[in-house]
Amino acid sequence: MTAKRIQRVISGSILCAVFAAGVFAGSVTHYSYALQFRETPNAAPSILHPMGTDSLGRDLLARLAYGTRVSLLLAPAAALLATLIAGFFGGVAGLAGGWSEKVILSAADLSMALPLLFVLIALRALLPLDISPVVSVIATFLTLGVLGWPASLRVVWAATRSLRNADFLLLARAGGCAPKRILLRHAMPNLRPVLFAQFWISVPLFILAEATLSMLGLGVMEPLPSWGNLLKGLEDFSAVRANPWLLSPLLLLVLVVICFQLILPAQEELR
Amino acid sequence: MRPRFTTALAFLAFLLSTLPLCAQSGSELRLCLHGEPKTFDPVLVDDEASENIRYLTGGVLVRLNRQTQALEPGLANSWQVSKDGRRITFHLRKGLNFSDGTPFTSEDVAYTMHRLMDPQTHSPTGDAFRSGEGTVDVQTPATDLAVISFPAPVAGLERLFDQVAILSARSPKKEMAVLGPYYVSEYKSGEHILLRRNPNYWKRDAEGHLLPYIESVRLDIQRNREIELMRFRRGELHLINRLDADQFDGLHRENPAVTRNAGTGLDAEEFWFNQSPAAPLPEFKKEWFRTTEFRRAVSLAINREDLCRIVFYGYAAPAYGPVSPSNHFWFNAALPAPKHDPQGALRLLTQAGFRYENQVLKDRAGNPVEFTVVTNSGNAAREKMAAMIQQDLSQIGVKMRVVTLDFPSLIERMTRTFDYEACLLGLVNTDLDPNSQMTVWLSSGENHQWNPNQKTPATSWEAEIDKLMQQQASALSDRQRKTKFDQVQQIVAEQQPFLYLVNKDVLTAVSPAVVGGAPAVLNPQAFWNVETLRLKPVPEMGALR
Repeated sequence: MTAKRIQRVISGSILCAVFAAGVFAGSVTHYSYALQFRETPNAAPSILHPMGTDSLGRDLLARLAYGTRVSLLLAPAAALLATLIAGFFGGVAGLAGGWSEKVILSAADLSMALPLLFVLIALRALLPLDISPVVSVIATFLTLGVLGWPASLRVVWAATRSLRNADFLLLARAGGCAPKRILLRHAMPNLRPVLFAQFWISVPLFILAEATLSMLGLGVMEPLPSWGNLLKGLEDFSAVRANPWLLSPLLLLVLVVICFQLILPAQEELR
Repeated sequence: MRPRFTTALAFLAFLLSTLPLCAQSGSELRLCLHGEPKTFDPVLVDDEASENIRYLTGGVLVRLNRQTQALEPGLANSWQVSKDGRRITFHLRKGLNFSDGTPFTSEDVAYTMHRLMDPQTHSPTGDAFRSGEGTVDVQTPATDLAVISFPAPVAGLERLFDQVAILSARSPKKEMAVLGPYYVSEYKSGEHILLRRNPNYWKRDAEGHLLPYIESVRLDIQRNREIELMRFRRGELHLINRLDADQFDGLHRENPAVTRNAGTGLDAEEFWFNQSPAAPLPEFKKEWFRTTEFRRAVSLAINREDLCRIVFYGYAAPAYGPVSPSNHFWFNAALPAPKHDPQGALRLLTQAGFRYENQVLKDRAGNPVEFTVVTNSGNAAREKMAAMIQQDLSQIGVKMRVVTLDFPSLIERMTRTFDYEACLLGLVNTDLDPNSQMTVWLSSGENHQWNPNQKTPATSWEAEIDKLMQQQASALSDRQRKTKFDQVQQIVAEQQPFLYLVNKDVLTAVSPAVVGGAPAVLNPQAFWNVETLRLKPVPEMGALR
């Protein structure tokens, strides 16, 4: 087993363990993520609260476990959405060329030029107020997914363009293949490594984007936890200095982002 | 070789030992402003940074002592308000000069009042003096006598002059010629403002020494409060005018000697339900929000003690009502203390026709009681308060959602679309006098947040508040005004249009190098007595040594 493979196995195992802890959060802890133990805010780790409590006395392990569920289930979903949009439009632009290529690339450039944060703030302000936290979290990640495709599209387009004049596509065209079949049956399998890489790159990006939104108070609504709003607790420097266990969400985020990077296929493996 | 090396080392050691002394030499007080002052013209002041500059540089006829909350003579030795409350006569000190040497006379008072009341000036300070149609007349029968007449009675007239820095009518330096303890010597936009001692300042201490003691004040412009705190810790600043509770708590644990809690402040955190008929809300929700018992029950269900203890680390007090207990004169001491009583809340709700079934509160029609509270994003304390209120209300079966919005979106909903159900915000109160809250309490006021800009009062109690506020504004004695405003506070406590949650403490930091620091609840909290502050020649100014 090569060192690279060992790295990937370890990273994959850690990610699986973290995913499992999120999915089965109810088994990890019997506390509700919202319950406030007001007599013990910022409590140190103990038998009752293995990771201590936050500034409102909520069990940090419960919040971390349920926050993992939110962030690690929805970030890949948003990444999948963004990658699918990028794959479809990038593929069409790269294969078709001409005016459709110009229109799609212009749209991507325009989207990239928009200040994403302000667009998200404006979209969040347009949402109705009486939505539940679960709907708000889905809306947040959906918005991230819908707005997060342009960078991936550029990569997919470049990869597709290099395929445009490949011999196997020429043969397929000469054999009378319909454009849809050329895209789905001939081009896509060759683009799979690129799409796969884009997906894995996007997951930590969306986790961090949600964290940024939550730091600004625009992400997941209280009391539902996410890694983003758990990181917001770190704003209180004096509390963090006195209670270093509050850093656990940050450490978990760093670990997960590193793991995602380590299981990504290298550039040469994509060829 | 060796003796030379030893001498060099000794010289180096001497140089190093002088560094901390150099850092605080020259009797310069250093602190931060949290924003760029918009103006140095005292009549145009509308922001905190400019107000602080005005306080440090402006000479006023009457000064409000920030600690005793009593009025003290300033440029005027004495003053009299006429019985009808329309005229005030100032007897001015003689022989005073502006910082540039221009003499101070009653003409300067007249010039200042004309500028202040000129509609073209758009002076926010002048707005407080506008009592009715007509012009303000200033007579100057002698160089030390100024008589100012207003078209209608102005309540608390003399107190308003605490904000009026006198301008020179003749100085070529215009507003840069001042009568206060300091004058602006240097201003670098975005960096700092350097104030130097006004050589012509009129005040002396008990021994007859010139005031102020400190030669210069350097105000660094620093918006980031964490950096301000870091600089204080490093010994680069002498004072922090206002600290957040978490910062104060951390600093207090490191070095209690540098933290000063001036006590409960005037600012309040409050919560209200949208009662505007124009709100695009379901009728049954509007009905809940208009029901006094509903509002009172929500108020009873909120544990204010916990909010103070957890969110503000104990540096806050449960709020009684619109006036903080630290406002000695205007606070109505007869108001009941705020209570946390979920069972009492449920009793009130039952009286009003609500039902508590399976841990869910329902109205008469069976609608579960759920609402969304909005607050501004980025305010950690408010978000924590909302999360705690959420749990408190769940005890009486009320489901509260919390949405944080950027400030412009929040203001848009509060003032234009009215598309919100409840709101959690803070009330910044810089003035002791209830007249400054007129637009909050009059039903026609734009800051009457629960139902603003009413053509006629929507409820009988709002009509009563309108009447009492107008009566207190036109009453001639403070005692009469207080009686009326006490009644307003009583009605507000009964009707709970605003659910007052907490009054935050005024938290400051004062370096051990500062002698005479005595923070007060009124702005400028940490340096209101700047003219009597001294700097001790201690080698380290830093807070942590």
